[in-house]
Amino acid sequence: MSVNIAVNSKRPVNLDLRTIKLPVTAYTSIVHRISGVILFVSIAGLLWLLDKSLISESGFEQVQSYFQNPLVKLILWGVLAALLYHLVAGIRHLVMDAGVGEGLESGKRGSQAVIVISAVLIVLLGVWIW
Amino acid sequence: MVTSVTNLSRSGLYDWMAQRVSAVLLAVYTLFLLGYVLLNPGMTYADWSGLFDQSWMRIFSLLTLVALSVHSWVGMWTISTDYLTPMALGKFATVARFLFQVVCGLAMFVLFVWGVQILWGI
Repeated sequence: MSVNIAVNSKRPVNLDLRTIKLPVTAYTSIVHRISGVILFVSIAGLLWLLDKSLISESGFEQVQSYFQNPLVKLILWGVLAALLYHLVAGIRHLVMDAGVGEGLESGKRGSQAVIVISAVLIVLLGVWIW
Repeated sequence: MVTSVTNLSRSGLYDWMAQRVSAVLLAVYTLFLLGYVLLNPGMTYADWSGLFDQSWMRIFSLLTLVALSVHSWVGMWTISTDYLTPMALGKFATVARFLFQVVCGLAMFVLFVWGVQILWGI
């Protein structure tokens, strides 16, 4: 790999994520990104459902019948789980923008709070869907 | 100040701000819609289409669609400039990154127009 195109030096570089032990804040950060990409990809499907549900009464009933399908329930849970996680992690970003929880220790606690709160919400969401 | 020809406003600070303002709008809309569905368990087609028939709901939804377009562009742009780099892809990085951004931008534009069609119906 031609690493030297970007950095023209002989310094040793370790950017192999598999050998780096990441702090909890790094995990919540990368999951925020991954959930964002999942949501971007999901926009088309969600718009399609909105279109179908609004176009006519039979379309609305069809969408309701899709939601009875276990596979659709699972996908819906996945997409809405990504949405809830992205929302909770995003609110933490806004809180940090306000100057709260930016320190090393408070940042870690904030990340842990994001994991706990979003996990609870995602479980509740699953209960609601099933 | 760092500027780039491909980011939304050619200023990182404006992009940063746009990302946050759009985020707040998206959060409010998400909570509203989730709340509406949760509080109306036996929702009928009349309820649902009645909600989207209201002018304020159409304006609120269109505003959210604009926020969604801005938010996804800044997000996908950030991801493309972070990972599609010369270190990862070598000399093809600029072309690959540009193509990725074109696909994201075009997709979002199509989704936006489609969303307008759904909301205002033709």
